Amino acid sequence: MGDMVVVRKEGLYCVPGQFYIDPWRPVDRAVITHAHGDHARYGHGRYLTAASGVHVLRSRLGDISVDGLEYGETVVHNGVTISLHPAGHVLGSAQVRMECGGEVWVASGDYKIEPDKTCAPFEPVRCHTFITESTFGLPIYRWAPEQSIFDDMNRWWRKNAEEGRCSVVFGYSFGKAQRILSGLDPSIGPIVCHGAVEPLNRVYREGGIALPPTLMVSDVSKADLKQSIVVAPPSASGSAWMKRFGDYSDAFASGWMQLRGARRRRGVDRGFVLSDHADWPGLMQAISATGAGRVIVTHGSIPVLVKWLCQQGLDAAGFDTEYGDDDDDVAIPPQPAEAKETTEASDSAEPQEARNA
Amino acid sequence: MREFARLYAELDETTATNRKLGALQQYFSTAAPENAAWAVYFLAGGKPRQAVPTKLLRQFAIEYAVLDEWLFDESYHAVGDMAETIALILPPPEKQSDVGLAEWMTERIGPLRGADPEVIRAALFSYWNELDTRERFLFCKLIGGGFRVGVSKLLVTRALANIAAVDSKLVAQRLMGWTDGSVRPTATKFLQLIAAQSDEEHKLRGGQPYPFFLAHQLQGDPAALGALSDWQVEWKYDGIRAQLVRRGAQNYLWSRGEDLISERFPELCAVRLPEGTVVDGEVLVWDHANEAPAPFAELQRRIGRKTLSAKLLAELPAVLVCYDLLELDGVDLRALPQHERRTLLETLVAAVDQAQLKVSPVVHADDWEALAELRAESRARGVEGMMVKARSAQYGVGRTKDVGTWWKWKVDPYSVDAVLIYAQAGHGRRASLYTDYTFAVWDDEEGKGERRLVPFAKAYSGLTDAEIAQVDNAIRKTTVEKFGPVRSVKPTMVFEIGFEGIALSTRHKAGIAVRFPRILRRRDDKPVEDADTLDTLKGLLAAAGA
Repeated sequence: MGDMVVVRKEGLYCVPGQFYIDPWRPVDRAVITHAHGDHARYGHGRYLTAASGVHVLRSRLGDISVDGLEYGETVVHNGVTISLHPAGHVLGSAQVRMECGGEVWVASGDYKIEPDKTCAPFEPVRCHTFITESTFGLPIYRWAPEQSIFDDMNRWWRKNAEEGRCSVVFGYSFGKAQRILSGLDPSIGPIVCHGAVEPLNRVYREGGIALPPTLMVSDVSKADLKQSIVVAPPSASGSAWMKRFGDYSDAFASGWMQLRGARRRRGVDRGFVLSDHADWPGLMQAISATGAGRVIVTHGSIPVLVKWLCQQGLDAAGFDTEYGDDDDDVAIPPQPAEAKETTEASDSAEPQEARNA
Repeated sequence: MREFARLYAELDETTATNRKLGALQQYFSTAAPENAAWAVYFLAGGKPRQAVPTKLLRQFAIEYAVLDEWLFDESYHAVGDMAETIALILPPPEKQSDVGLAEWMTERIGPLRGADPEVIRAALFSYWNELDTRERFLFCKLIGGGFRVGVSKLLVTRALANIAAVDSKLVAQRLMGWTDGSVRPTATKFLQLIAAQSDEEHKLRGGQPYPFFLAHQLQGDPAALGALSDWQVEWKYDGIRAQLVRRGAQNYLWSRGEDLISERFPELCAVRLPEGTVVDGEVLVWDHANEAPAPFAELQRRIGRKTLSAKLLAELPAVLVCYDLLELDGVDLRALPQHERRTLLETLVAAVDQAQLKVSPVVHADDWEALAELRAESRARGVEGMMVKARSAQYGVGRTKDVGTWWKWKVDPYSVDAVLIYAQAGHGRRASLYTDYTFAVWDDEEGKGERRLVPFAKAYSGLTDAEIAQVDNAIRKTTVEKFGPVRSVKPTMVFEIGFEGIALSTRHKAGIAVRFPRILRRRDDKPVEDADTLDTLKGLLAAAGA
């Protein structure tokens, strides 16, 4: 039997099942791992995604034909048994398990190992072949426990508030923003969300995720703004919207903030190393927990991870995909104002932050 | 180390001057003086010699982290900084430590210099195990010798002046010479730095120079400066800016970088200045036959040598072309107007009457237009343009206009259109971005009838962030081959490259070397085929008279 999943020009294709996973061109049937723009695109005939992700997907893609599948529930399509399993990346994110003729493949989508309050925690799935992301596939990427990052963030906010200065933290509106909110200490001051963030907060709350109370900027007096923390998408940085905050201190929340260079390029005061992706030990842990003998590496550090896994005695290879363009952890343009314009992928082996400006 | 690491993080984490200033004052007012002394040394730009060779540092870090060498290299390419890479790949420490910066420098890092590799390994393994990521980063920087902080010396000076409640110019004066390699920071020195003003200031000064007065770039029409008669005009030399200090029966030669360079220029140490004299000028290799400065490349040959043979000294004689007098008979003259200092300088140089001490001639012209014509001769005279100094100017501290102004009026740079053929990822804030480029021009080898691109310059600066992003993208798309961190690309992009000087070189493929190359602009309008040729460069070389 040939490979169960291959790369076609439309995207990852399950051959016996005749469906695509996170395709980047319009297809009839698409299984969507999560609703970030680079994985969930417009124009497919029918979508299948995790039940907890249906809402999010609709909020981003509008009126589409989408089926929801509970985590662990199975559905058979053209002889392939499909099930979805939590990936711990964002609300509704899933790994796709495919079983056919006794052979099991799992496509990870994007995933994170450490549990957080905004989505179901990552669940290792045993398989023969594991298709893994590799966004942070270098040993320099090792995350601190999220609580210590939130402690830092709250400390920074409190200090700014004491000095009468607004705190602005930039993070992608879907996923990162809610993760930040889940860690903030509302006793410090008001929490303000940018207009792009608030609709996603609503979806999360409707999905039963507890978030602290949030306000729109128009709800807050000028005096109170100085005590507040503002959660805004990276595209707001440098925009006229920022002027109202006067002398503010800014921060960026992303795994890329691990590197001084990336933070300085961003030109923000603080970089909080808060990622929704697995770090290097996390990738190793996840790969090993699948028990897979064969690993296929997608978007991120493909050559590095492939070489390393081969050295560990695994059968590893890479897939060229078009993921990694619409997720702030991946896309860090040198100039914030120009964020997220390019959708064309060149060489996914390269640090993605650099190429998308 | 922890306090200093915190200070470093605070300075690194804000671009706001006031917050940086606050962090510095906080640190200086709480740190133990011996630790603060070392902090001043580093913050003011002090660069200790490397204590452990990078090769060993890297090797032991790889060992400690139990990583493959290639994986370390991949990490390094992504990070773009050796110390940061090491700090990030090491496993978390098992201990903590409270050892202060001074003890780190003198008891721990200092003794590693020249130590046996086994001793170094044991020391590094033990130290790494008691430092967190931030401290490890600093530690690696401190032993690697390449430490830089994102804070200006001026700001450090202000913070110290605020702590000491004295004028910041006084602190700037006291700070002179602090960063020279032969000076060791101590608690006593730090306490002197922040002491109240005393009558002993001059005595305490020892062989130290004065803070250099720096010029501003003159752009636009010089006629806007008003009457030419209010200005003293001189040639702008391309050498080493230096102060020659005579105090305590000894000569000290200080470069603008505040390095003591006396030993490199014995002929200048032999100048018989009267006690209590400081002159400001330019160190140059002099072509005595033609009464003109030799090309900078000749001076470079002098700087590059550790030992100076009698033959070299004869072949490449150095002179100090003096343009200012800052101290005479132990009296600080800096508050006198420029033209008065000039008169005193001329008298002094004439009295000394030694060939290696020259006075920078004043350039006379009837009006600005005539002056501009003279300026056009700069290249042929081996100078970079002109200096235009207010006749009433005092000698200021740093790049200031508060007590009168010096302008540098440089000739336009040379420029050629060249093709980008190699690219390498940058460092620091440019890590993981292709920002370091090698440029080539066409070589028309006679008789062969085929043209090839020969590299002639590397340049890193001159593009905006947005332009860098575009070029980076293009490089990734047109990569032909990768050699470690370097990529060769299909020749598609033409840039206008500017540079200050041009000289023959046996070390470069093109046979020429250019000085201070930088990117002036991208030439999207120009096809690769129309880029300049090696003959164009050779033409410039001929015109430069080298």
